[in-house]
Amino acid sequence: MYTQGLLDAKPGETAPEDTDRLARFQARIDAEEKIEPNDWMPAGYRRTLIRMISQHAHSEIVGMLPEGNWITRAPSLRRKAALLAKVQDEGGHGLYLYAAAETLGISREEMVEQLLTGKAKYSSIFNYPSLSWADIGAIGWLVDGAAIMNQIPLCRCSYGPYARAMIRICKEESFHQRQGFEIMLTLCRGTAEQKAMAQDALNRWWWPSLMMFGPSDKESQHSDTSLRWKIKRFSNDELRQKFVDATVPQGHFLGLSFPDPDLRYDDASGHWLFGAIDWSEFRRVLAGHGPCNHQRMKQRREAHDEGAWVRQAALAYARKQAKEKAA
Amino acid sequence: MSAGALFRYTLALADDALILGHRLSEWIGHAPLLEEELALGNIALDLIGEARALYAYAGTLDGKGRDEDGLAYRRDADGFRNLLLVEQPNGDFALTIARQVLYSALMHPFWRALAGSRDETLAAIAAKAEKESAYHLRHAGEWLIRLGDGTEESHRRAQDAVDELWPYTGEMFATDAATEALVAEGIAVDVARLRPEWEKTVADLLARATLTRPADGWMQEGGRHGHHSEHLGHLLAEMQYLQRAYPGAVW
Amino acid sequence: MSEQNLPLWEVFLRARNGLAHKHVGSVHAGDAAMALQAARDVYTRRGEGLSLWVVPSTAITASDPAEKDMLFEPTASKIYRHPTFYKVPDGVGDM
Repeated sequence: MYTQGLLDAKPGETAPEDTDRLARFQARIDAEEKIEPNDWMPAGYRRTLIRMISQHAHSEIVGMLPEGNWITRAPSLRRKAALLAKVQDEGGHGLYLYAAAETLGISREEMVEQLLTGKAKYSSIFNYPSLSWADIGAIGWLVDGAAIMNQIPLCRCSYGPYARAMIRICKEESFHQRQGFEIMLTLCRGTAEQKAMAQDALNRWWWPSLMMFGPSDKESQHSDTSLRWKIKRFSNDELRQKFVDATVPQGHFLGLSFPDPDLRYDDASGHWLFGAIDWSEFRRVLAGHGPCNHQRMKQRREAHDEGAWVRQAALAYARKQAKEKAA
Repeated sequence: MSAGALFRYTLALADDALILGHRLSEWIGHAPLLEEELALGNIALDLIGEARALYAYAGTLDGKGRDEDGLAYRRDADGFRNLLLVEQPNGDFALTIARQVLYSALMHPFWRALAGSRDETLAAIAAKAEKESAYHLRHAGEWLIRLGDGTEESHRRAQDAVDELWPYTGEMFATDAATEALVAEGIAVDVARLRPEWEKTVADLLARATLTRPADGWMQEGGRHGHHSEHLGHLLAEMQYLQRAYPGAVW
Repeated sequence: MSEQNLPLWEVFLRARNGLAHKHVGSVHAGDAAMALQAARDVYTRRGEGLSLWVVPSTAITASDPAEKDMLFEPTASKIYRHPTFYKVPDGVGDM
């Protein structure tokens, strides 16, 4: 999901001598065959997938931070355990995805460096702050809800290792959204203060969640190759509309209102029509000027830097052991 | 047997598990590598699970009708009976690993012994916890070896960590009259008998880690009586804040 | 920030009622013992596992997909190796 808004495969990148192989490659894709790590693939396909999978992985890792922010303050032992398990799952998902990307010839260290130097993108949604316990509910309900929309089609991505990682992720994902919604439900059925907390969280997370699906199809370039190579399976607008249609009734069930005066049900199409998204905010946040971009990267950089001596120790020990064995 | 004594005994074990689980959960988002985010998370989840089972049981023993959250979120620091060792801040990775080794080296034989308790509930909890603590000890032990016998920097950090935490180890083997009565009834574990095994496990690991066992000197204590270090107050302020700020609310 | 990578290990898992180890992904670790622990922490959190193998990625030799035809096509055409080639008369029972 976190990749929906970040794809930008450039067409026409294949060297002329590969046109025959390209045709055979496309035939395999059209026949729904899986492309595996050692198979021939166009440079653009490899490059697009490395970028897409690594950015998906980065999103999972950075995604641990707004939720991780509330683990030590979780208001019950059950919530504490559930949130810790959820955030740990996200770390695991990041790991599966880095592993999938590594099959394409990039190392985890290289990918981490791209993230920490700002070269790689991650989903803009995680640049917003988690300000109350209700945010944990909203993030699970909305952000994981949006992610699931894209994850299921990605299980049919043409690249084998990515598809298999997505199948694993989808299996683990089911409790994440449910956990978030249940938190919202508990708050909305609670005290007036708790309900206000839930409404405030929805007010702040709604529009950023819609932006997660990426720019409108009219503005989004280069989607064609991604669709043709069965890397991306649906358009941004299609998924966004699907998300809105599923989520608005859920919000009404909770007794909450959406921060969109233009939101209305259209009988003719059977869809919930919504107001204009502020794309300047999306571009600004993606470019690094969101509330938490700097803070998130600082935390990741510090964790990485402070962990260097640990990783070095592990390597030093392994080398010593190898020497002893050889002797 | 005094229900009060059994309550306090169970509560102490629950508090140890919760406080240490909470400390480990603080590593999420900060671990030295991704695989370790998951490993520390697993240990934290095991400990929180142990705490929940123990709190649920403890709540049935003192007649005040408190559930796991009533016990975890609405006692002040002086009501907590955990070891001082587990409330120490995480420090660097070496300190966290050393703390885990010292604690799990005791808890593995402890749970094994408690699995033979005449109290069926404690025995069942112990049987599960024994398997979990075996893995905690292995994980932390392997890391201690690699940190001690890694680079000069990791060796220094590991030795500093062991030196800093050593004064908290004495409390693990302290006992009192109420606990001794429970031991006599076949309910509680006589920790003094576990000391030789703990000493051996720790000595073996320190040796493989090329670390020096600190000399036994004055030992910290007080946790079991509710006299904690300054750290616990801050930990609880953070952990309990929502329940305190919104009394009576259901989460 | 160029740092020596921790080596990559491929992870194979045999599930509780499984018959064979399946490749499930990879982990980074300094040595085999830590790789096994990492694999356990990452790939068996939902009780999936009964047996784990970790292998340094550099130790794996893979067949070249370009040679698929040469390596595997001849065997696919030898149908007498498949049970469906042989007719079992009715009344003999399951075979």
